[in-house]
Amino acid sequence: MTVGLFNYWACVVLMLIGLYTAIARPNLIKKLIGLGMFQVAVFLLYISMGKVSGGTPPILHTSGEAYSNPLPHVLILTAIVVGIATLSLGLALVVRIWEAYQTLEEDEIVERDHD
Amino acid sequence: MIDAHLPILLIVAPLVSAPLCVLLRQKTLVWAFAFVVCLASLGMASLLLVRVLQDGVISYALGGWIAPWGIEYRVDVVNAFVLLLVAIIAAALVVFALPSAADEIAAEQHYLFYAAYLLCFAGLMGIAITGDAFNVFVFLEISSLSSYALIALGRDRRALIASYQYLIMGTLGATFIVIGIGLMYMMTGTLNMADLSERLPAMFETRTAMVAFAFLSVGLAIKAAMFPLHAWLPNAYCYAPSVVTAFLAATATKVSIYAFLRFTFTVWGAEFVFERLNFDALLIPLSLVGIYAASLSAIYQTDVKRLLAYSSVAQIGYMMLGIGFVSVTGLTGGMVHLFNHAMMKAALFLAVGCVVLRVGSSKLADWKGMGRRMPITMAAFVLAGLSLIGVPLTVGFVSKWYLILAALEKGWWPIALLALLSSLLAVVYVWRVVEVAYFQRMDEPAPVKEAPWPMQVSMWVLTGATLYFGLQTDLTVRVAQRAAMGLLGVTP
Amino acid sequence: MKHQSIPRVVGKLFMPLILLFALYVQFHGDFGPGGGFQAGVIFAAGVVLYALIFGLDAAKRIVRPRVIEILFAVGVLLYAGTGLVSLFVGRNFLDYTALDPDHPAHGQHLGIFLVELGVGVTVAAVMIAIFFAFAGRRRLR
Repeated sequence: MTVGLFNYWACVVLMLIGLYTAIARPNLIKKLIGLGMFQVAVFLLYISMGKVSGGTPPILHTSGEAYSNPLPHVLILTAIVVGIATLSLGLALVVRIWEAYQTLEEDEIVERDHD
Repeated sequence: MIDAHLPILLIVAPLVSAPLCVLLRQKTLVWAFAFVVCLASLGMASLLLVRVLQDGVISYALGGWIAPWGIEYRVDVVNAFVLLLVAIIAAALVVFALPSAADEIAAEQHYLFYAAYLLCFAGLMGIAITGDAFNVFVFLEISSLSSYALIALGRDRRALIASYQYLIMGTLGATFIVIGIGLMYMMTGTLNMADLSERLPAMFETRTAMVAFAFLSVGLAIKAAMFPLHAWLPNAYCYAPSVVTAFLAATATKVSIYAFLRFTFTVWGAEFVFERLNFDALLIPLSLVGIYAASLSAIYQTDVKRLLAYSSVAQIGYMMLGIGFVSVTGLTGGMVHLFNHAMMKAALFLAVGCVVLRVGSSKLADWKGMGRRMPITMAAFVLAGLSLIGVPLTVGFVSKWYLILAALEKGWWPIALLALLSSLLAVVYVWRVVEVAYFQRMDEPAPVKEAPWPMQVSMWVLTGATLYFGLQTDLTVRVAQRAAMGLLGVTP
Repeated sequence: MKHQSIPRVVGKLFMPLILLFALYVQFHGDFGPGGGFQAGVIFAAGVVLYALIFGLDAAKRIVRPRVIEILFAVGVLLYAGTGLVSLFVGRNFLDYTALDPDHPAHGQHLGIFLVELGVGVTVAAVMIAIFFAFAGRRRLR
């Protein structure tokens, strides 16, 4: 039971680490790393649910009888692209923030705005 | 022939125009093009609403793949209403953008600004029109990513931080939505909303259903800036360029609320959400607390943009309150308020935009004597502000009337009273601006100088709309009523 | 790395292979694993490798930033254009059978080919643009 759900446990653990990092860390880059982990955990969740035990990759000419469900893969392909876009936009903002503030720590940024 | 394809053209037109803007590049040309596209979209959206009111639900199968296998665009009265709202705002604001963006955004970024604006517009329309759960996420990200970029265009360096915080919150919200949709797909094996609504009831007993709904609603609540998940909103609205603020305030949160309505009422069904999970027991107190907390914070702001941003959070509370009543009157109130608030908040932010253009600041302290310096702009501000308070003969009154009616219908008079009293807070924060603008003398008198005419036109069109729809109530209310009936599955 | 001969020689050797492999992934995507996203990223990786070895300016001389901007617009337009063609024949958006009404299967094939090409062009252009944008920033202290 527990072993069979290993994927999902891994997802949950990754998800929580990511969520915690994205919310609680003051460093802007670490936040983005956490966000990335959170998203990847969700990708794993989708991929896991598409798995059919004993199934082959869903390519037409193979002789397997059961195929893994390709739909979650396609959905996640979209989500990965969205993730890349988000990450690069986030990093671009971080570069601009660094140029404007010379720091990447959230508390220091708040401090500098009060001066 | 072409009107059979209206649903897809409505999305593809702005979506394709965005790369075309990048190709055109030349500033005025790009603006003219964006303007034509927005007008065309407005025309198509109005036509679509007329069609839907006449013939009922329109379904469009992308690629000829019939639902539930393919992606389906499904237009009923609810989303035709929201589509029209977004199109009106986009068309009105693109006029405003010509002088305002020229002032606030660096010249070499103009074509990118219009490209992002059109992308954001296309994304919002997409969320509203699609009948496929995962498609909602894709369009949500298209609109969100472009809005992060738009916010970061603000002149103040704090715009970058605001955009970054919105990016983190928004992506967390969107990912929550994906988890919710994934769990729904896991239970039913389908992503089509109509198909989901048929298959989900068999799963209502499971814990997965509850978890899926929880993820979905928290994700949408973040995107809709529902109290207490609104932390990203004030900064994002405060530091973004004026046009962007007005556009996002009028459309982005509204479309998220539409998505929330769609998922709770159409996909999950009112029976599951409100009878089984008693979601209204959470929604109504939260929205009331939200109304009061946000209105009180609005009173203490020293920046007009930020003041209006907090007021937006409060107004979202009213919409949620309407949803929480789960009655035709309540939902009508919520839907009408969704439309009306978009009009008046856009008008208010445009007035602020006009002042920012001439004075360069939205700080309340710099607004002294503004009633004399920019009388026309301030008149629009006051009229839209009256609407925000809910004075009779303005749209704000209409929506509050329905909300209070819905509360009384249920016999919940304390809620009706609380909603009524909260208007007094709105009086206070609108008065603060009026007091500074009209009754405080500025240190050294400056000549009268109004904003350029395109800005005036678009501001007055929206202000006029708040007055017109306040008098001609049957137009919006009738559509909202039909939308509410559609959501609750009541036949007229 | 401009003055080290080993990376320069190896890079020159690998560049064409990487670009060729990208094209293979792109065009074989109809029959096996692959497609526009992967191909676009691999193609961009070739350009990134070039930029890393010969410097950003050299890379920008080969793929001009303005060209990249045009390419990512063109890719999206190719995708949407393919969809719009079917509207003119009276079919639904992205209904590829419209591309060859007599042989629906062939139409589907052509449609997916064009759409994937659009995706490939856009992804490659966007990836290169992202790299240029980050690499072109002043060196941070």
